Amino acid sequence: MYPATFEYHTPGSVNEAVSLLDRYKDEAKLLAGGHSLIPIMKLRLAQPKHLIDLRKIQGLSGIREAGGAIVIGALTTHWMVESSDLLKQTLPILPEAAGQIGDMQVRNMGTIGGSLAHADPAADLPAVILALGAELKAMGPKGERTTKAEDFFVDLLTTALQPNEVLTEIRIPLPLPKTGGAYEKYPHPASRYAVVGVAALLTVDRRDTVQSASIGITGIGSKATRARAAEQYLIGKAPDNDALKTAAERATEGISIRADLQGSAEYKAHLAKVYTRRALTRALERARAA
Amino acid sequence: MATTTKLFGSRIKRREDPRLITGKGNFVDDVKLPGTTSAAFVRSPHAHARIRAINTAPAKAAPGVVAVYTGKDLVEGKVGGLPCGWLLPDIKLPPHPPLAVDKVHHMGEAVAVVIAENPYAAKDAAELVEVDYEVLPAVTDGEKALQSGAPVLHDQAPGNLCFSWTIGDKDKTEVAFKDAAQVVKQRLINQRLIPNAIEPRASLASFNPATNDLTLWVTSQNPHVHRLLMAAFVLGMPEHKVRVISPDVGGGFGSKIFLYPEEVIVSWASKTLGRPVRWTAERRESFLTDAHGRDHITEAEMAFDKDGKILGLRVKTNANLGAYLSTFAPLIPTYLYGTLLSGLYEIPTIWCEVSGVFTNTTPVDAYRGAGRPEATYLLERMVDLGARALGMDPAELRRRNFIPADKFPYQTPVAFVYDSGNYGPALDRALQILDYQTLRQEQERLRKEGRYTGIGFSTYIEACGPAPSQVAGALGAQAGLYESAHVRVHPTGKVSVYTGSHAHGQGHETTFAQLAADELGVPLEDIEIVHGDTGQIPFGMGTYGSRSAAVGGAAIHMSLQKIKEKGKKIAAHLLEAAEADMVYEGGKYFVKGSPDRAKTFQEVSLMAYLAHNLPKGLEPGLEATSFFDPPNFTFPFGAHIAVVEVDPDTGTVKILRYVAVDDVGNVINPMIVDGMVHGGITQGVAQALWEGAVYDENGQLLTGTMMEYALPKADNLPSFETDRTVTPSPVNPMGVKGAGETGTIAATAAVANAVMDALAPFGITHIDLPLTPTRIWQAIQAAAK
Repeated sequence: MYPATFEYHTPGSVNEAVSLLDRYKDEAKLLAGGHSLIPIMKLRLAQPKHLIDLRKIQGLSGIREAGGAIVIGALTTHWMVESSDLLKQTLPILPEAAGQIGDMQVRNMGTIGGSLAHADPAADLPAVILALGAELKAMGPKGERTTKAEDFFVDLLTTALQPNEVLTEIRIPLPLPKTGGAYEKYPHPASRYAVVGVAALLTVDRRDTVQSASIGITGIGSKATRARAAEQYLIGKAPDNDALKTAAERATEGISIRADLQGSAEYKAHLAKVYTRRALTRALERARAA
Repeated sequence: MATTTKLFGSRIKRREDPRLITGKGNFVDDVKLPGTTSAAFVRSPHAHARIRAINTAPAKAAPGVVAVYTGKDLVEGKVGGLPCGWLLPDIKLPPHPPLAVDKVHHMGEAVAVVIAENPYAAKDAAELVEVDYEVLPAVTDGEKALQSGAPVLHDQAPGNLCFSWTIGDKDKTEVAFKDAAQVVKQRLINQRLIPNAIEPRASLASFNPATNDLTLWVTSQNPHVHRLLMAAFVLGMPEHKVRVISPDVGGGFGSKIFLYPEEVIVSWASKTLGRPVRWTAERRESFLTDAHGRDHITEAEMAFDKDGKILGLRVKTNANLGAYLSTFAPLIPTYLYGTLLSGLYEIPTIWCEVSGVFTNTTPVDAYRGAGRPEATYLLERMVDLGARALGMDPAELRRRNFIPADKFPYQTPVAFVYDSGNYGPALDRALQILDYQTLRQEQERLRKEGRYTGIGFSTYIEACGPAPSQVAGALGAQAGLYESAHVRVHPTGKVSVYTGSHAHGQGHETTFAQLAADELGVPLEDIEIVHGDTGQIPFGMGTYGSRSAAVGGAAIHMSLQKIKEKGKKIAAHLLEAAEADMVYEGGKYFVKGSPDRAKTFQEVSLMAYLAHNLPKGLEPGLEATSFFDPPNFTFPFGAHIAVVEVDPDTGTVKILRYVAVDDVGNVINPMIVDGMVHGGITQGVAQALWEGAVYDENGQLLTGTMMEYALPKADNLPSFETDRTVTPSPVNPMGVKGAGETGTIAATAAVANAVMDALAPFGITHIDLPLTPTRIWQAIQAAAK
């Protein structure tokens, strides 16, 4: 496992990283935790000429509350997300999902920004970020730019980031009262990526009517996607078992499902519906208890 | 028998572990020699292609490159093909060049090698080697390879048939089926597995032009066999000028038994270049080139009378051998498979036909269990299908067919004579641990709630320590099946034991020391176990087939007896007593009845080397060499029971409990045996639920990384509930049987049977391995229609 030759850069600031990116563009790759990039470099499937290591940059890591939102630095590791008391109190679905990524070694190295920018179609966090309605902040040569999560994931391993932009932070609005979330995942038996991963967020009002619903699904298509049809169906309804089931049946509408060694498109669509129902069921329990 | 002494049977912690788990092991890749070069192989991306041309010029011009060789260079250098170590009648033996010459036959086959100053330079230059391939149609499936019109791999094997082999009595079996009250038939696929030892294969060759000596460090389970095959058949070097060292080796599971192209090439290159040459496999190369395991397609039929007694078994197996014959490939689906088809049942007649087939896939050879898991899976599935068809309890049907304890030694209809056995108590104990009847009631209750649990049995037999050499030779072995041991007592009474067995996870430094310390009555710390070096050890056969304790241990035992005998002569002389009156106990020689007048082992050892006062005619020194050729295999057995729950919504399987009661005869170190059983069960469960090599139609390996090929993970397994019964083996002086492969052999069938039991309410009787959620879900959907 010997990667091809590359030049290694350790910028000390985001601006420095951006200018390196701007200089080398497609020949450069950003390195955060490295748990997606380094394996494919070792297989020589990726052969960047320049590797720009972000880990010397101060201030890109950490979790804080600011202005009615939770702000997570792009270099924050999965373990920091998984173990954050602030997140457990405010957005428990995020630590729940982060704790299901890879294994402990991966979670200690892998970062939230790295995972989102890599946009693996089976990664866990994109589904959660979508469900939470997050915004992603990136720095480029012309300054900062914010993208909504649903506009961020473009296609297989492709995001809205420009080749000379660095993802710096993820902002997640604090949820409304009586909101509950859950992440349900069917892990790949080898990689532990999501064959199907469903993040569901439900808000109910005092009459137990669904006020808002958002569902992010990962694993089955070329990118993580919102399950709009299922969400729409639930809003304004009393969330009984039939309603959750009917909503789950609509989870895959509009998603083009990829068959692979883990199963046919038919099977994966079925799984997505089962996991959507499970995620909705748990999210509802938590919303009611909140 | 040394079964009552202190160390034999004790849970001694593995002496090798502090070294290994603190990173202080000495593996092949840890051996550093000045001036070492690195080899990188150029491998075929195609499964089947003609090589039109190879342009090595750009690679040769790359920085740091020392040499680039192709198959033609090896032919000119008089490097022979890799030999096959087990020949069957009328077997087709196509040439197996270490580097492909005209044609490649599987993805990952080496076509050129780059030797450079470091591994990075070698890899970079390997990408510059230009190979012009004419891609040919490929075939990866053993049955399709035999169909007319299939692509043919080797001119020497028309129709891709390597051999046809049979065992048993065809006519008698046909008659048995005619009289049967119930016949069950099933097509069974035993899928291809990829071994994945934690340490990848590695070799480092160093040729000394001054002395013409070659030293090869290689990840080998049997360094002497490596040396013999390489020196005599491939390189044409004098055997005494080749030293093979297998230092610490991180797992093998069979895959490190065989002679591979890479160690041959680095040896030849070192001789050619006059510099050390190293190659360490990348994990990707492990997937593509370590010999794979299993890959059978079988049509099986079992006949029963109305009471569930088995009347006969008929088996037709297509064994996929891959692109070339790996070292012991012909042995695995024949004499280690067909001979096991009686299991622990009284089956009056068996007929088994096996076709060995070439395909455009990685060669297949022994992988933990090697033939025996395939036989066990087949038998245990068929017995379960029989129980289902007859409406009988699967435990009861098994018990009814067990060979009675008073019939040993037992002659099966497929050549083997079982040494010893008592099968009922192992099953009884397993059922007791499980609380079987309660569990069946619980299962009924849960089914009414729409939950599907299943209980699956595997009552298995294993054949360990293949033997004896004379019979093996008559059946096609190109090697003997004994083991060597040299015991050297030093003047201070410390002891070095040189064993022909090889440890790569088995814990020999502990178990063999327990044996020796007990026999000599000296502390464990006084015993050193030395293995894995042809320069130090008498010709040995190495470790595979769960043979080390039963064969290697017995050789050590023999040498220790010789040491004690000689010591007795010296002690009798010093005590002025008759040799016949001497007793040896607790590390002391004394005259029977007078333990106070004694000579210690250390005193006797010292005198052996001082030689100041030895009996007349006795040579100085205290050493002994033995070769133990066992009269028979040992046949451990046991009863494994898996309890699973299947989620019908998703097809996922959860293992709720796993009970294993094994009988491996007397146990030297229960902790080590427990560890082997745990690891073995884990591999067996993995075959049932997760593992499986997948090729596409073009022969591309789709499961070629850890991201796709699902090895077992601890959090998918329950805590195993293990116990043992003890039926000593009569074929070795310690009464031990093999233990290293039992779990793997038993577990696959236990889990598969449990899943089928869980799915019984859907009317599902069989799903092929691995039992992935998608397959289970599809079967449930199909059953619902």
